[in-house]
Amino acid sequence: MSKITTGRVAYTNVRLLDPASGLDCTGALLTDGEVIAALGPDPAIPPGTEVIDGQGLCLAPGLVDMRVQLREPGEEHKETLKSAGEAAVAGGITTMICLPDTDPVIDEEAIVEFVARRARKIGLAKVYPYAAATRDLAGRELSEMGMLAEAGALAFTDGTHAIRDALVMRRALGYAATFDLLIVQHPEEPSLAEGGMMNEGEIASRMGLAGIPAAAEAILLDRDMRLVELTGGRYHAAHVSTADGLDVIRRAKARGLAVTCDTAPPYFMLNETAVGDYRSFAKLSPPLRSESDRLAVVAALADGTIDAVASDHAPQDQDSKRQPFAQAAFGAVGLETLLALTLDLVHGGVLDLNRALALVTAGPARILRLDAGRLAPGAPADLVLFDPDHAWTVDRDRFRSKSKNTPFDGHTVKGAVRRTVIDGRTVFQDA
Amino acid sequence: MNTRSFPHRHLLGIQGLTAPDILSLLDLADGYVEQNRSVDKRKNLLRGRTVINLFFENSTRTRTSFELAGKRLGADVINMQASASSVQKGETLIDTAMTLNAMHLDVLTVRHPDSGAVKLLSEKVNCAVINAGDGAHEHPTQALLDALTIRRRKGRLSGLCVAICGDVLHSRVARSNIHLLNTLGAHVRLVGPRTLLPSKIAALGVEVFHDMRAGLKDVDVVMMLRIQNERMRGNFIPSVREYFHFFGLDAEKLALAKPDAVIMHPGPMNRGVEIDSDVADDVERSLIREQVEMGVAVRMACLDQLTCGLPETAGGV
Repeated sequence: MSKITTGRVAYTNVRLLDPASGLDCTGALLTDGEVIAALGPDPAIPPGTEVIDGQGLCLAPGLVDMRVQLREPGEEHKETLKSAGEAAVAGGITTMICLPDTDPVIDEEAIVEFVARRARKIGLAKVYPYAAATRDLAGRELSEMGMLAEAGALAFTDGTHAIRDALVMRRALGYAATFDLLIVQHPEEPSLAEGGMMNEGEIASRMGLAGIPAAAEAILLDRDMRLVELTGGRYHAAHVSTADGLDVIRRAKARGLAVTCDTAPPYFMLNETAVGDYRSFAKLSPPLRSESDRLAVVAALADGTIDAVASDHAPQDQDSKRQPFAQAAFGAVGLETLLALTLDLVHGGVLDLNRALALVTAGPARILRLDAGRLAPGAPADLVLFDPDHAWTVDRDRFRSKSKNTPFDGHTVKGAVRRTVIDGRTVFQDA
Repeated sequence: MNTRSFPHRHLLGIQGLTAPDILSLLDLADGYVEQNRSVDKRKNLLRGRTVINLFFENSTRTRTSFELAGKRLGADVINMQASASSVQKGETLIDTAMTLNAMHLDVLTVRHPDSGAVKLLSEKVNCAVINAGDGAHEHPTQALLDALTIRRRKGRLSGLCVAICGDVLHSRVARSNIHLLNTLGAHVRLVGPRTLLPSKIAALGVEVFHDMRAGLKDVDVVMMLRIQNERMRGNFIPSVREYFHFFGLDAEKLALAKPDAVIMHPGPMNRGVEIDSDVADDVERSLIREQVEMGVAVRMACLDQLTCGLPETAGGV
C-alpha cells in the first residue's frame, strides 16, 4: 500500500480546504519531498512531477487527533502503535497525541522516546506523547515536566484520571507555567463519579445503574478555572460533555484565561439513550449525557467555545466489554470514524466545511503548538483527500483497529477518506 | 567609646532602614574585618554586657558567628537552644520574654521558625533585639554581610544587577536582600520555578525570570539560595535531577553572566542540587568563604551600634 516518493507530487483538480487560513477554492497542491511547495488555483507544476488527479475531491490538512489511547506499551492485545497507525491513516489522521496511561506509564524520558521512536519506525501517523502530570498518574508528586518536554512530551495530563487534589493541581499548573507547558485535565470530580456507570438521571434510575451527575464536570472545571487564574497556567479541558461545563469554559475564555477545550463525536452525536439495553459499547467516560447537554455541545461547537474535536480513541477488547454493564470498561474506538462524524456537523448545517475541519486540524495544532494542520508552502506535506458526501455504513468488523468497541456500529455516515499523505508519502489509499 | 550612627533600638529587618542606616553599619563592619584579621581580635567595647543567642531553630553557623562577634567585643555570651529550654514544657513566647527580662540582659539575638515571632518578642523585652532569622520573613544580618561582601569586591552596590536564584518562596535571606539591594540602588532579579516564587513578588520591585539562562544574562552577582530536601520530592518541584538541570548553577549557565560576575550562597550548600561543585569552589568567582568572614564583622557592627543606644544600667524587671 505505502509508496515511497522522494520527489515532487502534484494533486490536481481538487477542492483546496485550509481551515487555518480559510482558503476554499478549486486548484492544485504541489509537494516537494516532505513539505508543501505550492498551492492555489493554478500553481506551476514543474516537469517530472508525479501528477495525481483529485477528481474534484477535497484536499485538506491531515487530521490531528489530540486524544488517543494507544495501549502500547502494556496492553498490546487491545491496540498497538502499528494497528492504531493503520486505523489512523485510514481515517485521514496524520498526527496522533497519545495519553500516558500505558504500562509503564509515560512519566520518564525513556518512555517518551520509546513511543516516538517506535512510531517513527512504523512510519504511519505521527505520534506525539502526552506525559504524566504526576508520577505514575497517582495525583501526588509532580512529574519531571521540564525534562519530559525536552524529550518530546507535548503536554501533561493524568490521562483518564482527573488531577483531583487542588493543591497538586495548583502546583502542576504553576510548575508547568514555568516552562510555558500545557496541562490537560479529565474534568470530572472523582468523588462524585466514583462507582458511577452512566449519566445520572431518569434513565439511570430506571435501569438501576449508579449515575455520574453532570455537575461532576462543572464542579471540577469551576475549581480549575480559579487555579488557572491563581497560577497563570495554560489549561485544556478534554472531552467536555455538559452544558454547565461548557458555560464554565465560556466564561473563563471571556475573562481572558488561557483555557481551551475539546469534545468527542459521541457527545455531539449521541445521548444517554444510546445505552439502551445495557449496551456496554456506549459506556463512555465521561458518560453520554442528556439530550439538552448534547444540544449544548452542538451549540458550543457552533459558537467556538469548543476548540477541537478528538476521537478519544479508547480501544477495549471483547473481555473488557462483554461484561455486565457495571463491570465493563469505559471507552470507544474512534480513529476510523473521526472525520465522517465531524462532517456530520456540516451535513447537519451546524458548521461550514472549513470550520468543521478546523476542529480536527488547525484547532488542535494551535492548542498544542504543533506545526501541523495547515496547507501552506513549507508546511509538512500531511494531507487527506476525501469525498465529503460519500455515504457508508460503519461496520466494526472492518475496522483496522485491533479493538472494535464503537457505539456507532451500523450507523450510516457521510464522508470517506480516499488518500492519506504523510511527509509527502501516500500511506493510505482507498481501494 | 563607640559613637552611635544607627538610630534604631532593634534590628528586626532591613525593611524600614534607610540607605544611611545600612551604610553606617557596613562602614563600621569594614573596620571590624581588619580587627578580625589581626592577632588581637578582642575589644572591650561590650565588657559587662550580656548577650543571649536564643535559637528556636538549629543553626550552627549563624549562632557561632553571633557568638564569636559578641565574644570579640568582650561581652558575656550565652547560647540558648530552644529545644533544650522551657519552650518545650509549654512556656509561651511572652513567658520566655518575661524570664529573659529578669536576667537583665543587654542584647537578645533570636532565630525563630515563625515569621513575626522576633518582633513579638522585641515588644516584650527590655533589651535590644537582633533578628537572626524569622520564618520566611527577614534575616537582616545575612543581607548586610552579603552587601559588605559585594561592596568589598565590586567597590559599590548601586547600579549592580543581582540575580537571586532558587527557593524564594521559603527564603528570609531573599526578602532581606531584596529590600537592602533595592534601598542601595541595585537592580534585583529573581529566578526560579513558579512554584518556588511567592505570588505578587514583583510588587517588591524585582524582575522575575523562570528561565535561568535569561535571568543570569549580564548580571554582576549570582546569589544562590539553599533548597530544602523536603521540597524536592514532587511537591514544589519534581526531583533533584530536574531542579539541577534547570535551576542549578553550573559553568554553562554562569557563562551568561558578566565575565567578572561573582557567586554567593548563604550556606550550607547542597552541592549537585542548587550549585555545581566546580562553580562553588571557583576561587576567582565564588565569594562563599568571604561571606562567612563578613558575617562575624557585620554582627560585631550590629552589636556595637545597638549597645550604644542602651542606658548605662541595663533594663530592669
